[in-house]
Amino acid sequence: MSYTFTTPEQQQEMLQEIGVNSIEELFASIPQELRFRGDLNLKPAKCELELEQEIASRAKQNQAGSGLTCFLGGGVYDHFIPSVVDEISSRGEFYTAYTPYQAEASQGSLQVFFEYQTLICQLTGMDVSNASLYEGGTAITEAALMAMRITRRTNKVAVLQSVHPEYREVLKTYLKLQGAELVVIDTPEGTVNLDEVIATLDEETAALVIQNPNFYGNLEQVAELADAAHDKGALLICSVDPLSLGVLKRPGDIGVDIVTAEGQPLGIPMQYGGPFLGILACRQEYMRKMPGRVIGTTSDRLGAPCFVLNLQAREQHIRRDKATSNICTNQGLLAIRATIYMTLIGPQGLREVGELCCQKAHYAAETLSGIDGYELAFDRPFFKEFVLRCPVPAEEVIARAAESGLGLGPKLSLFADGLAADTENLLLVAVTEKRTREEIDSLAEVLANGISERILAQHA
Amino acid sequence: MRNQQATKLIFDLSQPGRRGTQFPESDVPVKPLADLLPADQLADQPPPLPEVTEADVVRHFVNLSQLNMSVDTHFYPLGSCTMKYNPKRHERWAKLPGIGDLHPYLDESRIQGMLAILYEMQEMLGEIAGLPAVSLQPAAGAQGELTALLTAAAYFQDKGEDRKKVLFPASAHGTNPASAAIAGFECVQLNSTVDGLVDMEELKANIDENTAVFMITNPNTVGLFEKEIAEISRLMHEAGGLVYIDGANMNAILGITRPGDFGGDMMHYNVHKTFTGPHGGGGPGSGPIAVRDFLEPYLPGPVLTKLEGDDGEPFYSLRDPEKSIGRVRSFFGNVGILLRGYFYLRTLGPDGVREISEIAVLNANYLLAKLKDILPVPNGDRCMHEFVASAKILQKEKGISAMDVGKRLLDFGFHAPTVYFPLVVAEALMIEPTETESRATLDAFADAIRQIVDEEPEFLHQAPHSTMHSRPDDVAAARKPVLKWSAQAQ
Repeated sequence: MSYTFTTPEQQQEMLQEIGVNSIEELFASIPQELRFRGDLNLKPAKCELELEQEIASRAKQNQAGSGLTCFLGGGVYDHFIPSVVDEISSRGEFYTAYTPYQAEASQGSLQVFFEYQTLICQLTGMDVSNASLYEGGTAITEAALMAMRITRRTNKVAVLQSVHPEYREVLKTYLKLQGAELVVIDTPEGTVNLDEVIATLDEETAALVIQNPNFYGNLEQVAELADAAHDKGALLICSVDPLSLGVLKRPGDIGVDIVTAEGQPLGIPMQYGGPFLGILACRQEYMRKMPGRVIGTTSDRLGAPCFVLNLQAREQHIRRDKATSNICTNQGLLAIRATIYMTLIGPQGLREVGELCCQKAHYAAETLSGIDGYELAFDRPFFKEFVLRCPVPAEEVIARAAESGLGLGPKLSLFADGLAADTENLLLVAVTEKRTREEIDSLAEVLANGISERILAQHA
Repeated sequence: MRNQQATKLIFDLSQPGRRGTQFPESDVPVKPLADLLPADQLADQPPPLPEVTEADVVRHFVNLSQLNMSVDTHFYPLGSCTMKYNPKRHERWAKLPGIGDLHPYLDESRIQGMLAILYEMQEMLGEIAGLPAVSLQPAAGAQGELTALLTAAAYFQDKGEDRKKVLFPASAHGTNPASAAIAGFECVQLNSTVDGLVDMEELKANIDENTAVFMITNPNTVGLFEKEIAEISRLMHEAGGLVYIDGANMNAILGITRPGDFGGDMMHYNVHKTFTGPHGGGGPGSGPIAVRDFLEPYLPGPVLTKLEGDDGEPFYSLRDPEKSIGRVRSFFGNVGILLRGYFYLRTLGPDGVREISEIAVLNANYLLAKLKDILPVPNGDRCMHEFVASAKILQKEKGISAMDVGKRLLDFGFHAPTVYFPLVVAEALMIEPTETESRATLDAFADAIRQIVDEEPEFLHQAPHSTMHSRPDDVAAARKPVLKWSAQAQ
């Protein structure tokens, strides 16, 4: 079924109006020798009922969030999504519209994106936000390219090893052909050593890229790192967990120049890794160097206030190869979801969800590290996730937990780019507000009975 | 009938103490936060987000949604954007438990259903492209372009060649040169012929041993098939370069001709366009790329591969190509959009896929035939799935611009076409009706334009007349940008 309207009779009438005899004639400009002959090798069409049955059976082959108590982390989390977020973002008026090029026909989307930009500024303590980028990895990368434009230092960017390994990989991919060096500063203790940062940064460094809480869940010394970067004339780029900001100081209040984030925790389902939301906000003076779409207020023909796409002169459809980014389609619908989420939970809700995550993660860390053979890999303050050192390869622990319906991970050895020495037994454990004490206790039981007793028995 | 109260900025609706949602009491022993986190990092108070009730939120956003035009509510012939109908079944399936709630770090063995779907999607996109190796990773078309250019750069580097030039016609989307610049290439723009096609002489004059890639949209942005594409490809290949097909206009040629068959070495899809994403108010998109075999080793990882499991059943696994350029984004890709594209292709089957293009091209030619006497189409009487009309004469004789026509169409309940793009046509109106519109809608749209061109120019300069706002001042907006609400300003 192709959702078309025209009946065969109508097709004939339309062809007549055009002045041709067949649809084939309309394709006359495509040379015969370039035509595809025969049928595409695709499965035959299925109607709604048939395909739903097939997809439902595929879904059953997946061990899902609903069938699995999710302690997985590493940049994507099983946070609670209020029903209003799904309800409003399912409105066709939002999700079947496109980029608001025609302001008069798009005031709804435009106002939501303007509210999004404001909420992101309120959340992060920054002056200006764009209307979204793809996800967390391209957000730090766009921030780094932006810092290179601002500082006119095009040779070097420094990044902490404790930044998400996939974000760092994106950064590396993009910087390689810009001819810029990416200097990685090791973090074997789970956070960076300030002296090492001071020794590494120099007058050629455009930016220092950090993540807080970092990939291990630990807190970096953001204010001190900002000073270290600024002393060398470099900018500090910090990727944050937006849900940590009800509890932790805002990046704009502690010296960060460009803040980025993966917006997934703000009401976006896990969806096997996307679509998510790249957040980018910066200080006022960098506004015109910012990548991506931006919405602003103005007045209409009669003087009434309204919204438009603003500062388009930075963008690819005007500036072409001199644009601040190549981004065109962004993540509008996810920005709408985040906007609804932030307005629903408000300041108190943000505080509560942050506190719940933090308290539950600490309870879990204490409980799990109390089991024979298990310990926390790092002795550092953390927010909602932590690295657990297991007595056996992390892979075995993950498999054992999954048999009991508990999702753990990722294991640190998943990341080719060595994060710390001896990663084989290390895994991440994330605890959101959704996890109950009972679930944490049953995880502890599985780790104790399933693994630790067996190990002890083997050694006995 | 706008609800003036509910559509105030959400910040103006805020009342201290209101709540939109609540969280439970902690069921684990609670410790003072200062015992858990360093005192110097603790916030004194939470960020100043608005305080509203759930009902405030619902009424606010539902009312705002009604200030939009959308495919669900209006004909939306925005050229180059393929604003076709977005089937509702896709929305339901993408959210199913076991589909929409999978964490990306779940072990492969536990998500074989999802990986099977994504593998099949890879295969289908390769088949439709005629290019066998596919990466589903890019988040949108522009990122697909960049990914393919990085792939090409890695290929040349591996061969020990230092090619620096990327060529593209003047009619190209702005993302083409912007992507080439980010990938570290030097951009060379070629003029088009008067027919709107690639100027072969100019192309020949610009191809040399330093040329890496020729980027071309085919059908091109004026809605014509580049019939010399085979010769263009031959020339590029002879000089050792590669041909990139911008797949923005794939809706015209599905099952009729394939980029791989007409000489393309790499291409991207816009799943949110061709395979009815939907568009989400400006994204998310999804921009997978398909390339020739010899470029496969350079694709970003991970890609999906089909193995045989211990039980003889297929086992789907993620792997990094051997000389991979590395990641262009975190996690697998914009899976939610890829899934919708997958559901669409499975609903269509091979015949349905071809039918899309046949009807899209029929609808566009029908509309062209109905409009050409009042809005000339400089590049001929035939088009593919879209055409570019010009208001140049109308502007000269009556002072009516493409923008005036577009804005006035809003009063008739039609979204405006794309205006002032491509840059190669003066006073351009780029019209793409898509296959999911009825003849009655196309007739009504043509009638509206017929009526508009006879209206008073002054009346048209002030259009639209029926919307909440008319003609926002873009220049004032850019001169003194106000990009957020602030308490002081109120």
